[in-house]
Amino acid sequence: MDFYSTKGRIFNIQRFSIHDGPGIRTIVFFKGCFMRCAWCCNPESQKYEIQTMIENGKEKTVGRDVTVAEILPELLADSNYYRRSGGGITLSGGEILGQPEFARDLLRACKQNGLHTAVESTANAPFESIEKILPYLDLYLMDIKHMDGQKHKEYTCADNQRILENAKKLASSDVELIIRTPVVPGFNDTAEEIRAISKFAASLSGVQEHHLLPYHRLGQDKYAGLDRNYALQGIEPPSKEKMEYLLSVAEESGLKCQIGG
Amino acid sequence: MENIKFVLEKSARIDKLIDDLYQKMPEIESARGLLVTESYKQTEDLPIILRRSAAFAHILRNLPIVIRDGELIVGSATVAPRGCQVFPEYSYEWLEAEFDTVATRAADPFYISEKTKEELRGAYPYWKGKTNSDLAKANMSPEAYEAFVTHGIFTPGNYFYNGIGHVNVNYEKVLKKGYRGIMAEAQSALDKLDVADPEYVQRNNFLKAVIESCEAVVEYARRYAKLAKEKALVEKNAERKAELEKIAKTCARVPEFPAADFHEACQSFWFVQLLLQIESSGHSISPGRFDQYMYPFYKKDIDSGKITVEQAQELIDCIWVKLNDINKVRDAVSADGFAGYGMFQNLIVGGQDIHGLDATNDLSYMCLEAAMHVPLPQPSISVRVWNGSPEAFLVKAAALTRLGTGLPAYYNDEIIIPSIMARGLTLEDARDYCIIGCVEPQKGAKTDGWHDAAFFNMCRPMELVFSSGMDKGVQIGPQTGDVAQMQTFEEFFEAYKTQQSYFIKLLVNANNAIDTAHATRCPLPFQSCMVDDCIGRGKSLQEGGAIYNFTGPQGFGIANNTDGLLAIKQLVFEEKKVTMIELRDALRANFGYGLTGKAAERVTSEVACSLAEEGIEVNEAVIRAIYEEVTSGAGIEPAKRERYREIKRLIDETCPKYGNDIYEADMFARAVANTYTKEVEKYKNPRGGIFQAGLYPVSANVPLGAQTGATPDGRLAFTPIADGIGPASGRDVKGPTATANSVAKLEQGVASNGTLLNQKFHPSALAGMSGLTKFVALIRSYFDQKGMHMQFNVVTRETLLDAQKNPEKYKTLVVRVAGYSALFTTLSRSLQDDIINRTEQGF
Repeated sequence: MDFYSTKGRIFNIQRFSIHDGPGIRTIVFFKGCFMRCAWCCNPESQKYEIQTMIENGKEKTVGRDVTVAEILPELLADSNYYRRSGGGITLSGGEILGQPEFARDLLRACKQNGLHTAVESTANAPFESIEKILPYLDLYLMDIKHMDGQKHKEYTCADNQRILENAKKLASSDVELIIRTPVVPGFNDTAEEIRAISKFAASLSGVQEHHLLPYHRLGQDKYAGLDRNYALQGIEPPSKEKMEYLLSVAEESGLKCQIGG
Repeated sequence: MENIKFVLEKSARIDKLIDDLYQKMPEIESARGLLVTESYKQTEDLPIILRRSAAFAHILRNLPIVIRDGELIVGSATVAPRGCQVFPEYSYEWLEAEFDTVATRAADPFYISEKTKEELRGAYPYWKGKTNSDLAKANMSPEAYEAFVTHGIFTPGNYFYNGIGHVNVNYEKVLKKGYRGIMAEAQSALDKLDVADPEYVQRNNFLKAVIESCEAVVEYARRYAKLAKEKALVEKNAERKAELEKIAKTCARVPEFPAADFHEACQSFWFVQLLLQIESSGHSISPGRFDQYMYPFYKKDIDSGKITVEQAQELIDCIWVKLNDINKVRDAVSADGFAGYGMFQNLIVGGQDIHGLDATNDLSYMCLEAAMHVPLPQPSISVRVWNGSPEAFLVKAAALTRLGTGLPAYYNDEIIIPSIMARGLTLEDARDYCIIGCVEPQKGAKTDGWHDAAFFNMCRPMELVFSSGMDKGVQIGPQTGDVAQMQTFEEFFEAYKTQQSYFIKLLVNANNAIDTAHATRCPLPFQSCMVDDCIGRGKSLQEGGAIYNFTGPQGFGIANNTDGLLAIKQLVFEEKKVTMIELRDALRANFGYGLTGKAAERVTSEVACSLAEEGIEVNEAVIRAIYEEVTSGAGIEPAKRERYREIKRLIDETCPKYGNDIYEADMFARAVANTYTKEVEKYKNPRGGIFQAGLYPVSANVPLGAQTGATPDGRLAFTPIADGIGPASGRDVKGPTATANSVAKLEQGVASNGTLLNQKFHPSALAGMSGLTKFVALIRSYFDQKGMHMQFNVVTRETLLDAQKNPEKYKTLVVRVAGYSALFTTLSRSLQDDIINRTEQGF
C-alpha cells in the first residue's frame, strides 16, 4: 500500500471533462513540462515551481504537493459518471513524465479502484519513464505536433526525434495508442504537414486513430495573469471548413480520424 | 455523423400556422366574462354545481368560434390568435385596475380594446363580494392573510386569484367512450341512486351537472362541424376544401363518440384540452402520457396503411401549435413570476407501463420531433427515464435539449415511483405517473394534487430569527429570543425551525381556506367527470371526488439557508471571527453595499414617503440624496462599512458552500430541506388528503428574492434566491458532476410534490453523437443517485451576444467549454468571441 503515499505536484483537478479520452473523465493536471509550446493553453503548467498567477483580478497559487491517497477520493467521486459513459481518469499536464513515479502510483491506485486510465503526453522522456506507467495504463493519448524536427524545435523548444522513437516503441506495447495533433495556424495547418503526421501515425502498428485538435485561445488570458506575453497574439482559430479539409487529408492515411478529442 | 431516430420532414403548413399565431400581440376578449355573468344572474336559485354547469353550457353555446387558416385540428377559445378569456367568478379587481397598463407592461403584455374594457366594466359590479377570492379571504385566519399579503413569507396567490388547474384528466376515456359514453355512465349512476342516501342531494345534483356539461361539449363540437361545412362550401382551393370537409366530418363525430382513427383521436384530444381551459382559469392542465393513450389509434392506422408516419407527425405538430393558442392574463406581479405566457401544459413521454416494462413507442420519439418542429413554449415536454429507457430515445431527447429551448425536462422513474407510493399510491398507479405543470408527479386521471399550492420563501423565517419574529415593525412570528444571547449554533438552528414551523402552520391555514372556497364557489363538473372517482362518489374534484388528494406547497432557498447556516456555525460559533450582533447589523446594512436597480428605487421611495409622513419636505434634491445614499452604502459609517464588507468576504471566501460535493455541507443541506418537507407533511387538507412538499420556486425565486433582505450566505439584499434545489448562483465551482452529486444527497423522495435542478451548458458539450451520449450518461448518473428531475439551459449564441452587450445582466453566467469553465463576462473580448463562435462550430 506504500504507493498511496507517493507525492507529486499538480495544479488542478478538473471534473466533467469530455474531450480527453472516452466518456466523462476527471483530469489531473501535473505541474512542470519539458517543452514550451507557443500555443500552450495551460501556461501555468510549464514551470515545476509553485507560482502565483492573477485570475479575475485575484492572486491564485498555482501548484500544490499531494499524495495519491489525498486526491483519490476526488477522483472516485464521479465513478457513477465514468461507469455510465465509459469514462475514467486522465493524467495530463504539464508533462506527466516529469513525475513518472507519481504518475505510475496514481495510475496504479486508479486501476486498483476499477477505473479506466489514460494519459495525455508527448512522450518526450526516456523510455524507461514510460515503461513505468504502462502496466497501469489503458490508453495513451500521444501528441505528435510536427514531423519536421527544425520547425518542431522552433515552436516547442524541443526536438522531435525522441518523441517519434518513443511512439514506435509505444506502438508495440499492449496499451491503446491514439495520436493527437493540435492544429495551429502558421505552425502545422497545411495539408502537407498534417498528411505527414497522419502517414507516420498509420505506420505505427496498432494505431487506429488520429485526432486533430483545433487551436483555441482559451488559455490566452492566463498569460497576462502570469505576466507573460502571448506569442500567438492575433492568430485566429482555424475555421470549421479548414478543419474539415484537414480531416479529409488525414483520412487519406486510412486511420479513423476526428476533429476534437 | 449523427444518426438519430425519427428525424422527419416538417410540413410547410406548420411554419405558416406558427407565423399566423404570432402575428399580433395577444388580446383579452370579453365573451366568456360576459356569458358567465349573464348565466349567473339567471341561476341564483340553483345549487352551485348546477350553476356551474349552466354557465359552462351557456358559454359553449354562445362563445364565438373560429377555424384558422390552414388548421387541421380546430377549436380556439378566442377569435384572436393566442388571446385569452376572463374568469370574473374567480377574481376581477386586479384586471380592472390594470386595464390601462396591461398592454404596455414589460412581462406578458395583452392588448385590450376600449370596447372590451367597457363591456367588462359593465359586468364586474355583479361580482362584488361574490368571487372565489372574496370567500377565500374571508375563510382565512387574519395572521395567515397578513403573513401572505403584507409580509410575503409565502404566497398562495395563484389559487387565491385563479382556478386551480394542475390536473391530468382521463383523455383515454374520452377517446375510447366519447362524451356520450361518459353521459351514459353518469346516467347509470343517477339511475342507481338510492333516494334515502344521505348524500343523495349532492350526488344527484353533481351527476346532472356532469350530463349538462357533456351535452354542451357535444353541441360545441357540432358548431365547429357546421362552420367547417360552411367554409368548405365557399372554399376555392380544392385541397383546402377537402381538409375542411374532413374537419366537418370529424367534429360531427368527436368528442361525442369514440375516436375511430388517429385524426379523430387528435381532434378529440384537442377539444378536451381546450374545454378544460374554458371551464376554469387554472393553468397547468397537463396532457400527461400522450404517447401512451394516443398510441393504439396511431398503431392501427399505420398498420392498416390509413396514414403515413409523416401524416401522423403533421397532426401532432398541429396539436403542438394549438397548445400555444391558449393563453391566460395574470396580474402584473404574477406575470413577472410566470414571464413568457406560461401555461405549463405538461406532456410526458417514455418511462414504464403499469407492469414495469418499458413503454417507449414511436409516438414518444415523434413528440420529441414535434418539439423540434414547433420551437414554442408549449407544451412543456417531459421525458421519463428509467434503467430500461432505450439509449436511442434519450439521445433523441438530448438532441432536443441541444436546441436551447430548455426542453425537455428529465424525470427519474427510479425515485418518483417509490416516492409517490410512500404517499399511498398503488404500485400500478405509481408506475403510470405523469408530470403536472412544472415538475409535479401524480397518477393522472385519479388525482387532485393542488400541486402549486404556494411558494414558501425559506429565507424569510431565517430573517425573522435575527429580529425575533418582528417584520416591518410588527410581531408576526414567535419570539425566539435575542440572537446575541444565543450560546450555541444548535440554539440558532432551533430558533430557525421554530419560526419556519409557525409560518408553515399559517401556510396550511391559507391553503385550506382557499381550498374550501373552491369547493363552495367554483366546483367544476366538466373537469370532474374525467377524474376518478368523481362520478362514482357523486361529487366534484373540488369537494374531494378524486381517489388521491394532495396539497403541495413549494419551499425554496435551501442553498442560501444552508450556506448561511454553515457560515454562522463557522464564523460566529466556531472561529468566533464575527459576533452575532455584527452579523445582524451587516445583514441590515446589506454588508455595506448599496442597492441597485429596482430595489434601490423602491427603498428610495419608501424612505422618501416616510420622511414626507413625518412632515419633512421631500423635494428633488432630497430624493437624489436618498438615492445616492441607498446606492452607494455611503450612509454607513466608513469603519463599519469596511467591517461589513469584510464579513461578506469571510463568508464568500472561507466558508463551505453547498453544491461542490462536500459531504458535510451537502448533508447539512439535507437537514435544512427536511426542516421544510418533514414539517409540511404533518398536515391535512379539506379534501381528505395530506400536504406534501415540493422543493422548487418556478421563477418565484426572482420576485420573492426582490422582497428579501441580505442573507447570511453573503447574498445581497433583493437579489434572486437560489433556483430550485441547486446551489446558489455562482457558488458551485466544481462543475456539473459535483453539483449533481451534492443535490442527489438531499432526501428528494420526501419532496414528492417535485424537485427541480437546472444546469447550464454550452452547446459544444452536446456536439456530435459522442456529446449526446455523454450528456445522456450525465443524466443517468445523477438518476443512479436518486435525483428526481433535471433540466438544462443550453446557452445560445443570442444569450452570449447579449451578455457581451449587457455584462451587468450576466454577472453569474458561467460557460463551460471542453471542461473549461469561466464567468463569461470576465473574459477578454476575443475569448468571448471564440466561445460565441463555438456555439455553431460543433467542436
